[in-house]
Amino acid sequence: MTLSVSDVKRIADLAYIEINDNEAKETLNQLSGIFDLIGTMQAVDTSTVEPMSHAQSVVQRLREDEVTEADQHGLYQSIAPQVEANLYLVPQVIE
Amino acid sequence: MFNASLKQLSIQLAEKKISSTELTTEFLQRIKQFNPEYNAFITVNEEISLAQAKVADKMLATGQAGPLTGIPIAQKDIFCARGWLTTCGSKMLSNFVSPYDAGVIERFNQAGAINIGKTNMDEFAMGSSNETSYFGIVKNPWDIAAVPGGSSGGAACAVAARLAPAATGTDTGGSIRQPAALCGISGIKPTYGLVSRYGMIAFASSLDQGGPMAKSAEDLALLLNVMIGFDPRDSTSLQRDAEDCAQDLQKPLAGLRIGLPKEYFAEGMSQDVASAIEKALVEYRRLGAQTIEVSLPNAPLSIPVYYVLAPAEASSNLSRFDGVRYGYRAPAYSDLADMYRKTRTQGFGAEVKRRILIGTYVLSHGYYDAYYIKAQKLRRLIAQDFTEAYKRCDIIMGPTTPTVAFNLGEKSGDPIQMYLSDIYTSAANLTGMPAMSIPIGFGDKNRPIGLHIMGNYFKEAQMLNIAHQYQLVTDWHLKSPV
Repeated sequence: MTLSVSDVKRIADLAYIEINDNEAKETLNQLSGIFDLIGTMQAVDTSTVEPMSHAQSVVQRLREDEVTEADQHGLYQSIAPQVEANLYLVPQVIE
Repeated sequence: MFNASLKQLSIQLAEKKISSTELTTEFLQRIKQFNPEYNAFITVNEEISLAQAKVADKMLATGQAGPLTGIPIAQKDIFCARGWLTTCGSKMLSNFVSPYDAGVIERFNQAGAINIGKTNMDEFAMGSSNETSYFGIVKNPWDIAAVPGGSSGGAACAVAARLAPAATGTDTGGSIRQPAALCGISGIKPTYGLVSRYGMIAFASSLDQGGPMAKSAEDLALLLNVMIGFDPRDSTSLQRDAEDCAQDLQKPLAGLRIGLPKEYFAEGMSQDVASAIEKALVEYRRLGAQTIEVSLPNAPLSIPVYYVLAPAEASSNLSRFDGVRYGYRAPAYSDLADMYRKTRTQGFGAEVKRRILIGTYVLSHGYYDAYYIKAQKLRRLIAQDFTEAYKRCDIIMGPTTPTVAFNLGEKSGDPIQMYLSDIYTSAANLTGMPAMSIPIGFGDKNRPIGLHIMGNYFKEAQMLNIAHQYQLVTDWHLKSPV
């Protein structure tokens, strides 16, 4: 498989990570090597195999839709970068 | 005192020969003395530790003590502990004082154990050398030119250098077993789902599992008895009847069938490691075990499969770090998207970003089937290989790592060489089966070597028995660099 610098920049954009042209080139070299290693998977025929997503074949536990925890927003918001009137502050999105 | 086993410490505490306050003070003193050189701890908080020791002394005085009451335990900085800085080795969480306790921390607190400090680790547990930590590299106490292994490098160093009687670690691809091997201590990754992941900062959720690191298998059994248990707050926590992990320690090994996978004894293993493994197997045969060759044909694909699945899960898990609710936020930005981007670019280190990029790519449109689904299919084939092998043997043994500890800086510029350090360990994370490492000697440059003992699901008590019987007739686990 061949990755390009524009692939690397597109992935970085999807992941919200800034990357300049030089970094993108260096990253491309490293990722290409890693994807060569990953590519060795293709040698095995898996056409009849079911994917395994989890170590244990257990079903998702469900619980009653009840409030089980006390409100601790004060405690949790005490470590937030910016809070006002019990709300997390972020830059304005809507003009 | 600092060389004593957990059982010995427990007896001394029960017989009032020493108090928890004295014991805690001694280890805090050792940390103060040696941590500047090793960098095994990110955070030490004497006030909290000594307050816990005081409570433990009361429990001991009033007959409410359990086997770990009053004993200091070093906690990997991936476990959230209320009131403690919990960084996960990252700038992203360099200011994060956890408002709650992880399930594992709660269980140690209830047992009356002392949190002696938070140990250094590779950033977000991504690494095999403890060189990716924002808080600096950790050194191997056997040889300060060598890496301690990772990601639980601080934990392994702390136990080996006797800065703590025992420690916790987490293992996503080998992060308990590989550093345990490189630092000459014992460590076990239990069956996936036995130890709560609640409050354990997520790397790859279907592979992450917490476990203990200590001097001996006997110590590991006492620690596992505290760590294992159902937690409704972890959706993958298993509901099972409690089992005493120390129950089988004394069983003789006569008739034990040890499987030796031919794929693990092929190329790649260095000569010093191979000869130490052979000597350990001779000891096991003397104890009455027999060895048989087994085959795990797909196991060599563990690394490529792991490096699809783990980064895929990591890229999803780490999307939560956006500078809004906790942790680092970039000081300057133009709008919301720019705040996310600058926060993540400044907050994550190079290896974490690399894995986020790999994960984002393998999950992206057009590549999902070729990489992610393909890897999940191979994951099943690898698990089937082990299930087949366990029809012919009780336990599987091999090397934990292909070589002894490499030098600091030796592989940090070459991610692929670094990833291959986990060549023997990552299969157990893919299958979810338990696996452990115990010290069995020394190799090149007098650096420690570990034996990898892998078992079928829920065979922890048997594996600890197998390790303990070896440790009864050898003294590698008693060796220390101090």
